[in-house]
Amino acid sequence: MPHNNTQDTFVGLFVAAGIAALFFLGLQVSNLSSFSHGDTYQVIARFSNSGGLKVKSAVSAAGVKIGSVRSITFDPKTYESVVAMEIDAKYKTLPDDSSASVFTAGLLGEQYVSLDGGGSSDYLKNGSKIEITNSAIILEKALGQFLFKSAEEKKSAPEDKKSSGKK
Amino acid sequence: MMEFFRFLGAGTRASFAKLGRATFFLVDMLSGISSVVIRPRLLLKQLYSVGVLSFLIITISGLFVGMVLGLQGFYILSRFGAEETLGVMVAASLVRELGPVVAALLFAGRAGSALTAEIGLMKATEQLSGMEMMAIDPIKRIISPRFLAGVLSMPLLAALFSAVGIIGGQIVGSGLLGVDDGAYWSQMQANLDFQGDIINGVIKSVVFGFVTSWIALFEGYDAIPTAEGVSRATTRTVVNSAFSILGLDFILTALMFGDN
Repeated sequence: MPHNNTQDTFVGLFVAAGIAALFFLGLQVSNLSSFSHGDTYQVIARFSNSGGLKVKSAVSAAGVKIGSVRSITFDPKTYESVVAMEIDAKYKTLPDDSSASVFTAGLLGEQYVSLDGGGSSDYLKNGSKIEITNSAIILEKALGQFLFKSAEEKKSAPEDKKSSGKK
Repeated sequence: MMEFFRFLGAGTRASFAKLGRATFFLVDMLSGISSVVIRPRLLLKQLYSVGVLSFLIITISGLFVGMVLGLQGFYILSRFGAEETLGVMVAASLVRELGPVVAALLFAGRAGSALTAEIGLMKATEQLSGMEMMAIDPIKRIISPRFLAGVLSMPLLAALFSAVGIIGGQIVGSGLLGVDDGAYWSQMQANLDFQGDIINGVIKSVVFGFVTSWIALFEGYDAIPTAEGVSRATTRTVVNSAFSILGLDFILTALMFGDN
C-alpha cells in the first residue's frame, strides 16, 4: 500500500485534537484541577449552624476563592457543626483572629465560607481554630422572625396601620 | 387470517435469523481485530475516512448546538436571576447527553452510511468474493479496521463536540448576552465532576461508537447485492443506529446518573 503522508498528518491532528478536547473537558470544565494538587493547610471553625454548606464548598476571602471545605461533622458535646477547611498554602498570611461566616452566593446560590481578616500579627497555621464565627442565615428562620416581628408591630400600633391602609 | 399468521411467523424468523447473523458477524469482527494490530496502516486509513472526515461536521454542529444552548439557557435562567449558572447548564447537558448522543447521530449519518454503502457496493461488485478467492479474509482486511476506527474515533469526536459546544455557549453567553465570563467557567468547574460526568460521557460515546459501527458494517455486509439492496441497507443503518443510540442512551443514563 502506498504511503500517504498527508493522510497520516490529518489522522495525527485529529487524534491530537480529540485528546486535547478530553483534556480541556477534564481540566477546564470539571473540578479536576482546582485545589486538589497544590499544598494546603487545614483550619477548623465551629459554627452553631452551618446551613447548606457541603464538602467541596468554596472558602473565600474578600470574595476570592482561597480553599475548599474538607469535612463537616457534628460535635455531639457542644451541638456545633465542625467545619474543616483546606486553604491554599499560598495564602498563609491570614491573621489568626480572622472570623468565618457562612454566606449564600446570591439568593439561590450555593453556600460558602467567607473569611474576614482580623488585626492580629500572628497567622493561621495548619490545625488552627477560627474562634469568631457567624452561622448561616437560615431563610425560614429569618422569615419567621420577620413575620413574628411585623405581627407584633401590627398589634402594638393598630390605628397607624388603619390610617395608612385608607390612603 | 392464516395468511396473517404466516406473515408474522416469517417476519419473526427473519428478524431472529438476522440477529443471529449479526452476532456471528460481531464475533468474527472482534476476532479479526488482532490482525489489525499487525497492520496498523489499514487502521490509519480508516481513521482518516471515518474520523478525520467527520471532524468538520462534528465541530460545526457542536458549535451551533452550544450556541443555541447558551441562548435558550440564558432566556430561561435569567427569568430566575440565575444566568450565572449558564455554564453549568451548557456543560452538563453537553457532556452528559448532547455530546455523545448528537455526535453519535451525526456519526451514524456521516460515517455509518458511508461504511454501509462502501461495504454493500463491495459485495455487489463481488470484491469481497474476489478477496476470498485470493485467500484474503475480507472480515480481517476490510471490516475489522473499519470497526476499530469507528470505536476509536467516536469518543474523540464526542469530546470535540462537547468542548466546541461549551466554547460556543461561552461565546453567546458571555460574549453577546453579558454573562460574567468567570462565573461561566467557575460555576461549571464547581458543579461538574470528572468521574461522574466526563468519564461517563466518554463511556457513553464508546458504546455508541461500538453499536453504530457494528450496525453500519453488518448492514453493508448483509445487504442484498443490488443497487436497491445497498440503498435499503444504507437507510436501515441510519434508522437502526438512531434507534439504538437513543434507546441505549436512556438505559446508560438510568444506570449512570440514577443514584444521585
